[in-house]
Amino acid sequence: MSILAVLQHSGQAWHRMSWETLAAAQQIAAQANTSVSAAVVAGGESAAGELAQKRLERVYSVEHELLSPYTPDGYSLALRQLIERVQPRLVLFPHTYQVRDFLPKLATSFGKVAVTDAIAHRVQDGAVIFVRQLFQGKVNVDVRFAGEAPNFASLQAGAYRADQVESGGAAAIEKFRPEIAAAQIRTKPLELFRESQRAVDLSAAEIIVSVGRGIQEASNIALVQQLADALGAELGASRPICDAGWLPMERQVGSSGQTVAPKMYLAIGISGAIQHLVGMKGSRTVVAINKDANAPIFEVADYGIVGDLFQVVPELIEAVKKAR
Amino acid sequence: MKIVVAIKQVPSRDAQLKIASSGKWIEEEDLSYEINEPDAYALEAGLQLQEKNGGEVVALCLGPARAGQTIREALAKGAARGIHIEEDDPGAFDALGTARVLAAALAGEKPDLILTGLQSDDLGYGQTGVILAELLGLPHATIIMQVEKQDGGIRVKRELEDGWFQHVEMPLPALLTIQSGFSKLRYATLMGIKKAKSKEIRRMTAAGLGPPGAPSIILDRVYLPERTKHTELFGGSPKEAAQKLVEKLKFEARVL
Repeated sequence: MSILAVLQHSGQAWHRMSWETLAAAQQIAAQANTSVSAAVVAGGESAAGELAQKRLERVYSVEHELLSPYTPDGYSLALRQLIERVQPRLVLFPHTYQVRDFLPKLATSFGKVAVTDAIAHRVQDGAVIFVRQLFQGKVNVDVRFAGEAPNFASLQAGAYRADQVESGGAAAIEKFRPEIAAAQIRTKPLELFRESQRAVDLSAAEIIVSVGRGIQEASNIALVQQLADALGAELGASRPICDAGWLPMERQVGSSGQTVAPKMYLAIGISGAIQHLVGMKGSRTVVAINKDANAPIFEVADYGIVGDLFQVVPELIEAVKKAR
Repeated sequence: MKIVVAIKQVPSRDAQLKIASSGKWIEEEDLSYEINEPDAYALEAGLQLQEKNGGEVVALCLGPARAGQTIREALAKGAARGIHIEEDDPGAFDALGTARVLAAALAGEKPDLILTGLQSDDLGYGQTGVILAELLGLPHATIIMQVEKQDGGIRVKRELEDGWFQHVEMPLPALLTIQSGFSKLRYATLMGIKKAKSKEIRRMTAAGLGPPGAPSIILDRVYLPERTKHTELFGGSPKEAAQKLVEKLKFEARVL
C-alpha cells in the first residue's frame, strides 16, 4: 500500500501545510508497513532537492510550462498522469484552498471521492481509516474507502505536526513531464492581489493574540494590541470584530477567515463558536481569557484565566515584559 | 443567461445534535432545517446575475419531501422555477453519487452557469460542485466572491488563503462554488411569497434518474468528539493569575 504525498509549492515557497502532510504520510506508511513518495508540481529543482533530503522512497518533480500559473485543469491532468504512472494506493494532500479547487476533479476522473479535511487517522487491518468532522465540528465520523486503489484524502491544517517530518533520506528525484495541450486549460487566471495595503500572513505567525466580542468597543482593541506587541505576536480576531469593521477582514481567524496553527494562540474575550475553533484549534498551546467559565473556548484551551479581561490583560502585559 | 443554483437543506446551525442509535448518522427527528448557508449566497449570486443580465434562475435540490420548503423559499426570493429530486435517504450517496444524480437531472436544461455553495454545513465535503463540473465537462472555479459577465464568458474573483484574491476569466458554460459573504442576502417579499405559489417545481426521483453507482467512501461510525483537553485554570487576583500563567508559558509550554 504505497503512499504518495502531493505537496504544494508556489514556485517561490512551500505551503507550510505541505510538511504536515508529509509527516502524516510518513506516519501512516510506518503503521501500514509501506513506502512513501512525494510529488511537487511546478516547484522547480530546489524544491525537489529539498524534498529529497526527507525520508522518502522517491521524489517526483512534475514540471510543465502550462502548470504555472496554477489552474485546476492543468493540475488535474498532470496529477492524473503521475498517479497512473506511480500507481500509489493512497494519495495524500494538504487541505489547502488550491487542493480544494482541483482534488474533487482529479478524484472524479478516477471514479473516486476524496476524504477531504481529515483530522486524524488510524490503520486497522492494513486499511487506513480517516476521521472527519461533520456539522462544523459538532460531530466526528470515521470514514473508510470502499473501492480499490487509488484512494484520495486531504488533511486539515494543524491536524499533523510539521516538525515531525523525518529527514535523513537521499531519495532519487524523478522528473515527470505530463502531456498537456494549451487548449485543455479552459480558465485564465490573472495576477494575485490583496485588497488592503497592510497584508497580514497570520499563518506564518508563531504567536497570535486574538480578540473577540468581549472587548466591547473598538477603542479597547489597543489594549490587546499592547499584549500582542509585548509577545511579538500578530493580532487576530473572531468574525464579529471584523464584521463590525474594528479590524480588517484579513485578521479574521476561523472557517471564513484564516486557519492558523501557531506555537501559541491567546484568545481574549472569545467565546469559541465552532466557526472560530476550526480556524485555530491546531495551535500547539491555546490560552483563553474569558469571563464565562462555560465558554466553549475552554474546551480547546490548555491554560485559562476566568476573569475580566480588562483587569487580567494589563497584568499579563506586565508579567510578559518581565519574563522576556 | 440561464443559471442553475444547486441548493441543499441542512439542519439549522444552532441545532442540538444527537447521534442516531444506528451510529451511522444523527437523530433527525425534532430537528429544524434551513438552506445550507453557502447555498443561500449562491442563490443570491444567481439572482443578482439574472437581474443584471436577464434570463432565469432554476433552483435544483436533492432531498426528502421536507426539502420542498427550501425550494419554495428560493422561488419566493426570485428563482423562476425549481427541480426537486426526491430522495428519502440522500445520505446513502457520497459526493460523487449526489453529483451524478444532479447531472442526470440537468439533462436537457443546458444552463449557461451552475452555482452552488462552496461546501455544506452538514457533511462539509466541499466537493459536490467541482465533481458536477467534471461530470458535465465544464470548467469551474471555487470559493468565488464576485461574478461579472464579459465578452465570451465571465470574470470571477476567487478567494485564496491569507487575504489573497485572484481574478479568473473563463468561458461559459461553467460552474462556480460561491463563498459565504458574497453579498448581503435578500429576504423574500410578501409579493415574492405569493408569486412562488404558482411557480413550477418539477419533481423526479433519484431512482428514476439512474443508479448513482456504488459509494467509494463509507461513513463507518458517527460520534460526538471526545473532550481531550484538560484546561489548567489560574485563580487568585488578576495579577497572581497573570504571573502564574506566564510562568507556565515560559517553563512548561516553553512558548515564551
